[in-house]
Amino acid sequence: MANKVLMKGNEAIAEAAILAGCRHYFGYPITPQTEIAAYMAKRMPKIGGVFLQAESEVSAINMVYGVAGAGFRVMTSSSSPGISLKAEGISYIAGSDLPALIVNVQRGGPGLGGIQPSQSDYFQATRGGGHGDYHLLVYAPASVQEMADLTVLGFEKADEYRMPAMILADGTMGQMMEPVELPSGESKTFEKPWALSGTKCERPHNVVNSLYLKPEKLEEVNFARYERYRKIEETETMYESYLMEDAEYCVVAFGIAARVAKNAVIAARAKGIRVGMIRPITLWPFPKAPLAEAAKTVKAFLSVELSMGQMIEDVELATRSQKPVLLCNRAGGMIPTPEEVLGAIENMTKGV
Amino acid sequence: MKMNPKRVTLFAGHYGSGKTNIAVNYALKMAEAGLPVTIADLDIVNPYFRTKDSAEDLARAGVALISSAYANTNVDLPALPAELYALTQNRDRYAVLDVGGDDRGALALGRYTPAILEEGNYEMIFVANFYRPLTPTAEDAIEVMREIETAGGIPFTAIVHNSNLGEETTAQDILAKEAEAGRLSALTGLPILFTAAPVSLAPSLSESFPLVLQKKIT
Repeated sequence: MANKVLMKGNEAIAEAAILAGCRHYFGYPITPQTEIAAYMAKRMPKIGGVFLQAESEVSAINMVYGVAGAGFRVMTSSSSPGISLKAEGISYIAGSDLPALIVNVQRGGPGLGGIQPSQSDYFQATRGGGHGDYHLLVYAPASVQEMADLTVLGFEKADEYRMPAMILADGTMGQMMEPVELPSGESKTFEKPWALSGTKCERPHNVVNSLYLKPEKLEEVNFARYERYRKIEETETMYESYLMEDAEYCVVAFGIAARVAKNAVIAARAKGIRVGMIRPITLWPFPKAPLAEAAKTVKAFLSVELSMGQMIEDVELATRSQKPVLLCNRAGGMIPTPEEVLGAIENMTKGV
Repeated sequence: MKMNPKRVTLFAGHYGSGKTNIAVNYALKMAEAGLPVTIADLDIVNPYFRTKDSAEDLARAGVALISSAYANTNVDLPALPAELYALTQNRDRYAVLDVGGDDRGALALGRYTPAILEEGNYEMIFVANFYRPLTPTAEDAIEVMREIETAGGIPFTAIVHNSNLGEETTAQDILAKEAEAGRLSALTGLPILFTAAPVSLAPSLSESFPLVLQKKIT
C-alpha cells in the first residue's frame, strides 16, 4: 500500500507513459481526456521531455509520425472526434511500420456527440480507423491500474511489432479516481535499426515512407505485415475469464461495461444463474479462442456495450454464431446499471 | 468538530484533492448546526464531479446551491451564473465556495475576490491529499498553493488534511500522512482545521471530520 497513489485514469496513462520512457507528447485538448495533456504539460518540462500542444489533431499525429520515425517513444491522446481527425496520420504510421501509442478516451458520438462516456469507437479502433489494410494493437483497460499497466505494455508491444498501439478507454475510465501502484522497473526496450537517427556516414540511409510506386512491392509489404499480424493474434491476445468454469451463459464486455457487468454476474450467481464473463483486454487481437471454446458449452452469449452493438459482431464471428448472441446496450453517453444488465441476463435464461 | 465558521469559507486545492466532497459535507454540517448556508460551485474547468451531484442531499438539508446550469451536461462550457454575486452581496447567509482545481480553476475566483477581501470575514482553505501524484510532499503542495493564491488573489488561511486513496482508504493510510500535513502546516504557518476521513473510518481516528462520499462510482 505504501507505494500507492490516488490517480485519475487519464493521469495514470500520462505518468505510465513517462515511466515507459516516453519523452514526446503531442496533443490537442478535448474532453474527457484533457488531463493527459495537462499532466504532460506539467511533467515533461521537468524531465527534459517535450510537451507540445499542436494547432490541431492533424498536426499532432503528424508530429507523432515524425518522432516515431526518429525511433523515440512517442504518444498522442484525444477523444473520439479528435481520433477521427488523426485517422489519416495513424494510417501513415501503420503504413510506415512505426511504433507509437495513441490514446482514445471515448465520448458519445457520432459527430461532436457529447462528453459522456461511450464505447462506440470499437469499430474504428479494431478495424484500424484510417484507410488501408492495417491493424492497431488495441488495449481496453477496465481499471485505473490497467490504464497504467496497459500503457507501458502498449509502448513495448508497439516497439516489438513496429506498429501503432491504442489504449481504447472511455470517459469514465479517464475521469474516475482509484489507487494505483505505478509500474516500477525498466520498461522493455527494442533495438530500432530502421530509425532515422543519423547515418554518421557509417550506414546506408534509412527511409520511412508509406508510398510505394510499384503495386507488386506494396502487395508484398501488405502480405508481410499480415504475416506479422497472424503471429500477434497467436501470442498477444489478452482476456479475463470470470466464473466461466461451470457457466451456462456467457457475458462478454470490456472496459467500463465489464465493471458494470461483473456486478450483474455476481448478482445473477446469487440468484442461482450459472453465468460467467469473458472480458477482452485486447480488442485487437480479439480473444476468439476462449469464445469459440465457450460456445461449445454455454447456451447463449450476452454482449454488454456502451454502443449500438459493435463488439457483438466479433462475438458472433468468434463463435461462428453457434449460439445466440444477445445485446445489452446503452448509447450516447449513458451507462447501463448492474440491474439493467442483470435483467438482460435473466431474459437470456428465459430464452428471450 | 465545533462549527464556528467565518461568513465565507472557500475550499481550493489541486484538482482531485477532494474539495467538492469536503465542501458539500461542510455545508451540510453547517446546515445541521442550524446555520443558513449557500454552497456555490465555482469550477470552470472540470465538467464532471460537480457540487450539483449532491443537489438532492443539499436541498433536503436546506442548503441553497448555486451552480452553472451547464454542470453535468454535455455543454462543456466554462460558465458561471449571475446569482454568484449574491454570495458576497447577501451577508445574512453563510457561504461555502467550491473553487475549481489548480490555479486554472482558481482564476474564476478573482471576480469575487475584492468583495471577499473587503468584507474580511473568510477562511481560505487548502485541501491537501498527499496521495495525489503531483502533490506527494509538503513542498509540492506549497507550489500548488502559491499558484492558486496568485490566480485567485486570496491568501490561504488554513489547511484541511484529506489524504486518501479513494474507497480503499484505511485509517492507517490517513495516519501515515499526518506528519506530512504537519510539515505543510509548519512550513506555511497555517493551522490544520481538520483531518477528513470517510464516515466508516471516523471511529478509529481520534479526531476527524467524518465525510460521506458524494457519489459512488461503479
